[in-house]
Amino acid sequence: MLPAIESTKKLSFERRICDGDLVIVYERHDNMKAVKVCEIGCLQNRFGVFKHSDWIGKPFGSKVFSNKGGFIYLLAPTPELWTLVLSHRTQILYIADISFVIMYLEIVPGCLVFESGTGSGSLTTSLARAIAPSGHVYTFDFHEQRAASARDDFEKTGLSSLVTVGVRDIQGEGFPDEFSGLVDSVFLDLPQPWLAIPSAGKVLKQDGVLCSFSPCIEQVQRSCEMLKTCFTDIRIFEVLLRSYEVREERLESWQNHGGGSLGSRKKRKHSIEVSQQQECNISPAIMARPSSEGRGHTGYLTFARLKCIT
Amino acid sequence: MSMNEAEENSNKNSARVTWEGCSVLLDINDGERMVFERLTAAASLKIGNKKCSLQPLIGCPFGSLFQQENGKDGPFLSRILSTSKGDSNNQENTECPIVCETKDNRELVDNNTAQNLSGEDIDELRRKGASGGEIIEALIRNSSTFEKKTSFSQEKYLLKKQKKYSPRVLVRRPTARSICEAYFKKRPEQIGFLRMDSLSLLLSLANVTSHSDLLVVDMIGGILTGAVAERLGGNGYVCNTYFGNTPYPVDIVRMFNFGNEICERIVHSSLTDLRSSSDATSLSNDQLEDFDSKNHANENVLSSSACSFSTEKNVISSEDGDTGMSSETAVSPVCKPGKAAKAGRKAPLETVKSWKENGFSSLIVAAPFVDAWSIVKELLPLLSFSAPFVVYHQYLQPLAQCMHNLQIEKMAIGLQITEPWLREYQVLESRTHPHMQMSICGGYILSGTRIHPSN
Repeated sequence: MLPAIESTKKLSFERRICDGDLVIVYERHDNMKAVKVCEIGCLQNRFGVFKHSDWIGKPFGSKVFSNKGGFIYLLAPTPELWTLVLSHRTQILYIADISFVIMYLEIVPGCLVFESGTGSGSLTTSLARAIAPSGHVYTFDFHEQRAASARDDFEKTGLSSLVTVGVRDIQGEGFPDEFSGLVDSVFLDLPQPWLAIPSAGKVLKQDGVLCSFSPCIEQVQRSCEMLKTCFTDIRIFEVLLRSYEVREERLESWQNHGGGSLGSRKKRKHSIEVSQQQECNISPAIMARPSSEGRGHTGYLTFARLKCIT
Repeated sequence: MSMNEAEENSNKNSARVTWEGCSVLLDINDGERMVFERLTAAASLKIGNKKCSLQPLIGCPFGSLFQQENGKDGPFLSRILSTSKGDSNNQENTECPIVCETKDNRELVDNNTAQNLSGEDIDELRRKGASGGEIIEALIRNSSTFEKKTSFSQEKYLLKKQKKYSPRVLVRRPTARSICEAYFKKRPEQIGFLRMDSLSLLLSLANVTSHSDLLVVDMIGGILTGAVAERLGGNGYVCNTYFGNTPYPVDIVRMFNFGNEICERIVHSSLTDLRSSSDATSLSNDQLEDFDSKNHANENVLSSSACSFSTEKNVISSEDGDTGMSSETAVSPVCKPGKAAKAGRKAPLETVKSWKENGFSSLIVAAPFVDAWSIVKELLPLLSFSAPFVVYHQYLQPLAQCMHNLQIEKMAIGLQITEPWLREYQVLESRTHPHMQMSICGGYILSGTRIHPSN
C-alpha cells in the first residue's frame, strides 16, 4: 500500500496487477471490496463472474468485465479505500476524524506513535502511512483475537514492518514504561480514557500531543478533568463531513409552467420540449445539493499537549 | 524495532528545542495575537507598548511559556516553569460548579465606579517597578465588586487583567496545523480560506506519504506545499506546477523549519515542461529555459524575502486590539533575511523525465480564483492510473461543474464533493457547550480516482 515500504509496487504508468496483489474492487462509490489477486481465483457478484487471471497484467485503474459483460474497476489500495472495505470488528474511525487526528497530532515521517485500542485498524493504517518509512506505530488492544486479526490485516496491506500490535489493557496497566518520554503522539479510543491519561503523560515527549476520541460528552468531561494535571492547551473538537449530490437539471421558467398542478417528472419533461419550441432561455445547469442524510455524530476529539516544565 | 532504534528515530525528527535562526509561532495571551518570528539575537517583540528581546526564547523547548516582566533595564520575557501549580490553584478556585454557586449579578451595576484605582495610580505602581501580579492584586483590593462576582466572572476578570498587566507568550512549533490555524484566524484570504481540517483532508485524500510524487497547484501562498513537504519528510517530491512563465509564490513554506533534505524536495515545473515530449530538441529547450528561469527565480526570491518578512509581521498580528494592546506591530524591526533554507527550485530534468514515464502519485489543487475543470483536465493525464486526486475550492459551483465533466469524460471514479465542518467545544464542569463563534465555511473538496482510459 505504501511506496516507502514496497517501492516496486509504487504506482506508475507501467505498474501492472500481479498475482498476490491486493486490489480494491470498485462497483460503485458505496460498494467496494478488497480482494487478494490469485491466478486461479474468481470473484462473483451481481454482475457475474470475474476471473482474476483476466486482471493480471492490466494496469491499476482498469475496467474489467465479467462473463456476462458486467464491469468493475480495479483500484490500488490506499488507507482511505481500506477504511471503506475493512471488516468491522468494532466501530471504526472515518476519514474526517482520521485526517484531523493525524494533522493535529503532528505526525510526520519518523515519529513514534502509540495507539489504544487497535479496534479494526482503520486509524492505524493512516498512522502507518504518516510515520513511514522510519517511524513506528505501537498499537495496543486488550482483546487477543482482535489484535491477531489486526496483525493479519497489516500483513495483507503490507504495513507489518511499520506497526506492532500488542495485547495489553492500557486502562489497567498503562503503556509500557520503557518508552518513558520517547513517544511523539498518543491516540486513545477507550471507554474510560481518563484511566490511561497519566500513563500517556509518562510516555509522551514534552510538548507531545495526545488525542482522545470519545463518542459521549461525559467521557470528555472526565478526561478533561484528568488532563488538567499535566497537560495544557486542552481543546475539544467535533469534525464532520457533508457530502453533495451533483445533477444536471433544467428548471422551468415560471411563465412556462402550467399552473394548477405540481407536475411529475414526466410531465415536466414534456413541458421542457414545449418550452424549447417556444422561446425559453433557461438552459440546463449543473446543480449541487447536500445529500439528504449523513453522519451526524462520530465522537468528540480531545487534544492536549504535555506541559513543558524543564 | 529495538529501543535504540526508537530513540534514534525520535532524535532525528525531534526539532523540539528552538535554536538561533529558527522560525517560531508566538502565541500571545492564549491566541489573542499570533506572530511568526525568526529567533535571532537581535529580534524583539512588541507587546502593548513594551518591546522585549526574543533572546531568552533561543534554546528553550517548543511549548515553553513566557511572561512579560518589568526589569530595571526595561521589560523582558521570563520563562514560567511552575505553571502547573499556579494554574491548578486558579482552576480549583473556579471549579465550584454552577449548582452550588450562591452569588449572582443582581447587585452589579455597570456605572464605572467599581474600581477605585485611577489610571495614574496604576502608572505610579508601574513606575515603582511593581510586577504584573502585584498590579492585579492592587486592582482586586481596590475593586468594590470583585468579591460579589460569581467565581466564574472572577476568573474572567483575573484572566483579563493578567492579559493586560502580565501578558504571556507561548512558543509554538510551526507545523502545518499551527501555521494554517494562525493564518485562518487572522488572514484567511491569504490561504484561500483553507481551514485546518480541510487541509488535513486534502493530505489524506491525496494519499500523501513518504516516497510519493505529488503534483500540486498551490495558489494559496505555500501552505499546501509546506504541508505536503512536511508529510514527505525528505523523500519523494512535491512539484508545484503553473501555467505560463512564473511559478506561484510559496513564501509560507519558510515558516516551517525545514532542513535542506526537505527543501530539496520542494520544486516547481511549468505545465509546458511537464507535458512536452522528452526528445532531444525539447531537452535543449528545457535547458535554456532552466537557465532563464533560474535567473528569474533568484530575483523573485530576493524581492519576496525582502518584503514578505515585513508582511509576515503584519499578517498575523491582531486587529481586535484588546484594551491595553496596541496592534502596531507594523513597526517591526528592520527586515532580516533570517536563515530559512531555500525551497522551490526548478524541478531537475531527470526528475521531470521520470514523472513523464511514471506519472505522479497524486494531485492536489488549491486555486481559489481559477476554474477547477480548466486545471483538472490538463493535469489528470499526468497522474498514474488509479492515482487519487483532490481539488479544494472556496466555491461549490466550480467543483460541481468539474465533477460533472469528469463523469461525462469518464476520466475518474469515486467522485465526491464534501464540505468539512468543524466545531470546537468549551468543556468545563457544568459549563460545557460549543463555542459561541465558529467558522461555518471551510470550503469544498472534490475527490476522486483517475481511471485507465480503456475502451
